[in-house]
Amino acid sequence: MNKKNTPKLPTFEKSAKSYLDNTQLRRNIGHATQTIRGKRAGVVHELADWEELREAGSRIKAEVMNNLDQYLLQLEASVQKAGGTVHWAADGDEANRIITSLIKEKGETEVVKVKSITTDEIRLNDALKQEGITALETDLAELIIQLAGDEPSHILVPAIHKNRSEIRDLFRKKLNIEELSDEPAHLAEAARLYLRKNFLKAKVGISGGNFAVAETGTVAVVESEGNGRMCTTLPDTLISILGIEKIIPRWQDFEVFMQLLPRSSTAERMNPYNTFWTGTSPGDGPQEFHLVLLDNGRTNVLADETGRQTLHCIRCSACLNVCPVYERTGGHAYHSVYPGPIGAILTPQLRSPNDESAASLPYASTLCGACYEVCPVKINIPEVLVHLRGKVVNHQKKTGGIKQKTNPTHIGMKIMANAFRSRKKYERLQKMGRIGQKLFVKDGTISRLPGELSNWTAIRDLKPVPDQTFREWWRERS
Amino acid sequence: MVEGTIMSDSKETILNRVKKALGREDDDKTTTFKSAEIKRNYQQKSDLNREEILQQFAERVSEYRAVTEQIIEGELAGKILQICKNEGVEKLVIPPGLETGWTEGLSGSVSILRDEPEPLSKEELNASDAILTGCFLGVAQTGTIVLNAGPGQGRRALTLLPDFHICVVKQEQIVGIFPEAIRSLEETVRESARPVTMISGPSATSDIELNRVEGVHGPRKLHVLIIT
Ligand code: SF4
Repeated sequence: MNKKNTPKLPTFEKSAKSYLDNTQLRRNIGHATQTIRGKRAGVVHELADWEELREAGSRIKAEVMNNLDQYLLQLEASVQKAGGTVHWAADGDEANRIITSLIKEKGETEVVKVKSITTDEIRLNDALKQEGITALETDLAELIIQLAGDEPSHILVPAIHKNRSEIRDLFRKKLNIEELSDEPAHLAEAARLYLRKNFLKAKVGISGGNFAVAETGTVAVVESEGNGRMCTTLPDTLISILGIEKIIPRWQDFEVFMQLLPRSSTAERMNPYNTFWTGTSPGDGPQEFHLVLLDNGRTNVLADETGRQTLHCIRCSACLNVCPVYERTGGHAYHSVYPGPIGAILTPQLRSPNDESAASLPYASTLCGACYEVCPVKINIPEVLVHLRGKVVNHQKKTGGIKQKTNPTHIGMKIMANAFRSRKKYERLQKMGRIGQKLFVKDGTISRLPGELSNWTAIRDLKPVPDQTFREWWRERS
Repeated sequence: MVEGTIMSDSKETILNRVKKALGREDDDKTTTFKSAEIKRNYQQKSDLNREEILQQFAERVSEYRAVTEQIIEGELAGKILQICKNEGVEKLVIPPGLETGWTEGLSGSVSILRDEPEPLSKEELNASDAILTGCFLGVAQTGTIVLNAGPGQGRRALTLLPDFHICVVKQEQIVGIFPEAIRSLEETVRESARPVTMISGPSATSDIELNRVEGVHGPRKLHVLIIT
């Protein structure tokens, strides 16, 4: 992440408390996540081969990560062959510099932009502003966020924390519209009119991308509103920035990801618009195309064999919508452009181990496993969470004194991390727990643990290990 | 150019970081490029029959709140005229290569804007009322229309700026499920590198309290005519 611009952020535990008190926010988020959750389950159920698709998606992404250097070179060659230019950015600052200089070369001071978390990650808009360039966000939600000077709170619906009357007031003030109701259709119409003028005159468009195909150089933007189509079609120059993990090997792989993504994301069979472009096409769309490939910490994630799977993420946000912690705290408590379960594993790996706010994120979970179940590319988020907790603990031990070294929580996390790695070990630990817990179970819950472990139960009740686990029951049954 | 050197340095940096992360030697340029076998044991073809595929396409397109009608080819020109009248279309854009028969009935009542020999300007497109196109494919399972900038479809801006899209889909263009569509597009992408646009219903947003609202930036109305 961009070190220079990142002030010291509070830990998740601290900020979660204040968000828990914000009932309006909680109501908005709760309504939204529940709605999408239900819809998603419906459309996923429709596909009898969902598990096979997930498995294929997971394997394709693993293939990409294990050969990433080769695929990056292949992608570069394909994009060049199709008439595009490829730029490599080792970190956010470099990406910002590249994009700024490309815009300046065109002599432009205004660009249109389609929602991209990657550009939020590197704070591109701020960097452009410092150079006198205005980047106009064109997603309805991003426009709302931008006008309000706010931060996005959900990957997919960034303005999920704002309700209609808040949005109406904002538009009245910032877009100078006096007569405006709080009907969503009227609000959308106001945004449409405001943005259309800008689309027509924009010379440079900026986008992220959901996928880039190594074999053909094709970049894909998956969206609902059509502003993605506007930004990637109307300007003379298009600059797209993608993290190096967004590669898929072959065009054919879209048959997997284009089934997984929309159903997991907006919970639709297919989202309204998908745009796929391959370099430049004479007479159709931008005649100049730049692809910026961004590392910014991703190779650190790649280097960790357990953490590597984090890079499979296709940013569908399904894990946010099922997360009991996210549902109660909302996205802002994560202090990162990547909230929810995926944020809890991605942010700490992208940032420095000394970043306390990021290091608190692997604890922003109850390890209930719902995220893993819905993840369309089968990222084992609980496994990575526990692994990262182990890493945080190790880091604290290295940098802390003797007290840190003998802290039972730290030792416990290490045992857990180890146990989550194999089923045998996990089940053995369960058996041990079943014997050990006898002393503490009361009315079916454990509400007080002894000694150092009392910190854990001071804020939560524990479910004891059941007499028979699901796995044991299943084995017995079959 | 200074950037030039910075950029190529970063390319080396990133590639070396990747190799190091994967446990390869820094100067190992000979790494074999093996792509692991991906098991594709998900469904490759729809198990519905032609009639069912057609019905599914019609149903699922309508579920996106697009208007869908099934008609026979002979009725098409009359239908298009009727739609233009009903919707108050005065200026209709048509792409190069559109079947001439489709617009036969329009002369006199609707003025036709052609994107050739000179392409229409963005302003002209923006001031038009509707666009009439064919398509490359329809996908029944998802109710999706696929455009590949081929004849009768035109460049991307044509189906983007007008507020109303009338799209004609021939029965034989409809495939069952997504993998079938992706495979049919291989040639478009590999050989001619043409852009592909997939449309599933009119433009929409759910950004305000998750209420679906049709039409933010793309065409707010989509009318699909299926020739049976
Ligand atoms: S981790 Fe999985 S579920 Fe979460 S956003 Fe990424 S792909 Fe979706």
